[in-house]
Amino acid sequence: MRRLLLTLLGLAALLPVLAAPVAAQDGPLRIDITEGVIEPVPIALPAFVDEGGAGELAQRITQVVADDLTGTGLFRRIPREAFISSVTSFASPVQYADWRAINAQALITGAVSVSGGRVSVKFRLYDVFAGTELGEGMQFAAGEDGWRRLAHKVADQVYSRITGEGGYFDSRVVFVSESGPKDARAKRLAIMDYDGANVQYLTDSGSIVLAPRFSPDGGRVIYTSYATGSPRIHVLNVGDVQSRVLPAQSGDMSFAPRFTPNGQGLLYSATSGSNTDIYRMDISSGQTSAITSGPAIETAPSYSPDGSRIVFESDRSGSQQLYIMSAGGGEPTRISFGPGRYGTPVWSPRGDLIAFTKQNAGRFHIGVMRTDGSEERLLTASFLDESPTWAPNGRVIMFARETQGAQGSSSLYTVDVSGRNLKPVPTPDGASDPSWGPLQ
Amino acid sequence: MTHFSKALVLGAVLLAAACTNPDRFGPGGADGMAGGAGAGAGAGAAGGVIPGSANDPASPAYFNQTVGDRVLFAVDQSTLSPQAQTTLDGQAQWLQQNADYLAVIEGHADEQGTREYNIALGARRANAVQEYLISRGVAPNRLRTVSYGKERPIEICSEESCYAKNRRAVTVISFGSAGV
Repeated sequence: MRRLLLTLLGLAALLPVLAAPVAAQDGPLRIDITEGVIEPVPIALPAFVDEGGAGELAQRITQVVADDLTGTGLFRRIPREAFISSVTSFASPVQYADWRAINAQALITGAVSVSGGRVSVKFRLYDVFAGTELGEGMQFAAGEDGWRRLAHKVADQVYSRITGEGGYFDSRVVFVSESGPKDARAKRLAIMDYDGANVQYLTDSGSIVLAPRFSPDGGRVIYTSYATGSPRIHVLNVGDVQSRVLPAQSGDMSFAPRFTPNGQGLLYSATSGSNTDIYRMDISSGQTSAITSGPAIETAPSYSPDGSRIVFESDRSGSQQLYIMSAGGGEPTRISFGPGRYGTPVWSPRGDLIAFTKQNAGRFHIGVMRTDGSEERLLTASFLDESPTWAPNGRVIMFARETQGAQGSSSLYTVDVSGRNLKPVPTPDGASDPSWGPLQ
Repeated sequence: MTHFSKALVLGAVLLAAACTNPDRFGPGGADGMAGGAGAGAGAGAAGGVIPGSANDPASPAYFNQTVGDRVLFAVDQSTLSPQAQTTLDGQAQWLQQNADYLAVIEGHADEQGTREYNIALGARRANAVQEYLISRGVAPNRLRTVSYGKERPIEICSEESCYAKNRRAVTVISFGSAGV
């Protein structure tokens, strides 16, 4: 856990052999996302069998499972042309030797059926070299609209069983969709699957909207809107897309909201005069209380997962730096000491790391550090990266990257906490301020 | 940009109430700031001054262009330069002479900063202008501030020449009475 890089645990002897055509496996199939850098693990994922009414959907579901798994950078899909065995029935016994011969470490088989508007997907995961099934076969069902979620659930199971980590594929992201030129940019809230599918707009572009944040259960979104003429925090129910401004906010302007871990309150920052401080609000009673004081800019608060501490940014030292204080306030401890400025800290859902935006020497970075400020590691570098948000399992970070110049635009990317596997998240227009919701 | 549409509506209303002489639109009309206070003073305007134009000292166009509606800031700063103070002295004087106007001071930042910090920084800039105007005698209840952070750049290149113009506080005036 110290380095947060990738390796195969229990397969140390196998590591040098991974590139070889055929290898004997010494232990159970297992990827530990902790140390060392590895080659992606080769997996065999034959098209899921149509067990009635599925037609092309079986292939599409298989593709989403494959995209989820290979998209992590941990797995490589062996091309179908290399297969010796074919899987034409979900029930047929597995010919392990045929899969070993093409060096498949894992085999995933599945079947899809559609009946009465319901899609049913079942799958099995095999540890090819051990010659055993890894975990039990499972079955998921949903309405036809939910077929992608079924694929994500299968992929989450496979990922989880092989890595021992929680999955993150069956999750959604709320973000700001952007269109138009830089000096007349239109912004509206949107929600999508983690992979960019199923985009749905939650607001129109009549007012500036910024930095939406999911509630812990994914049912609500808090965000900053200029609908009233000043930045104010609004709350929106995802189910019926109804929103309202929160009452009794402190200060002339309020922004940078984030839910408490129990979802009943929020932290936000409010400005009075020249001064910006952090406040807590209980949503049902509307009661607010100041958590910081003093003339500095204090903003971007984020709770530890257990709710006991708050990480935030402050320029009390003369430049933006990261601090941690207890949830009730009190004297904070500075944790960032490298060159440059640090902002937008976000506590990992695992509790072990803090992601942040760093600005240094004209470049922006997304980075992580331990909660005591040690082991700072920069994961990205560009003209402008900001707004990190954690995947539900704390292993991947999504963020926004703005390109330089008059034609500059913003889009979303993901990167592993190891700094590997940087890749764009497709969105219909520009996109910024992502907030990754819980595993559904 | 809601203040632009308000200014347009205001201009249109005042124009309709005063007269329909198209010459009332001076050069300042191009940015939607024509009309305004010139309406009342129009009949008595001295020769050569087109009421409502940037030459009419009682007009919003005069405030925006001749007095100057904005001041600029150094990187990550909210202190007022001597040049900014001169501009604000003019704004304060104009606001005192034109008591029927309210002002919203908009604070802005360039794109080189995180979104939240830039909102707070823009608030500091707007507040610096507000406090200065109050110190020069403008009634506090005629002034309001709002920060747009880096959300509303007027120049779009990613160079200092553009950033310098985006690090600004703009005093946006509107016709109306304090407390209304």
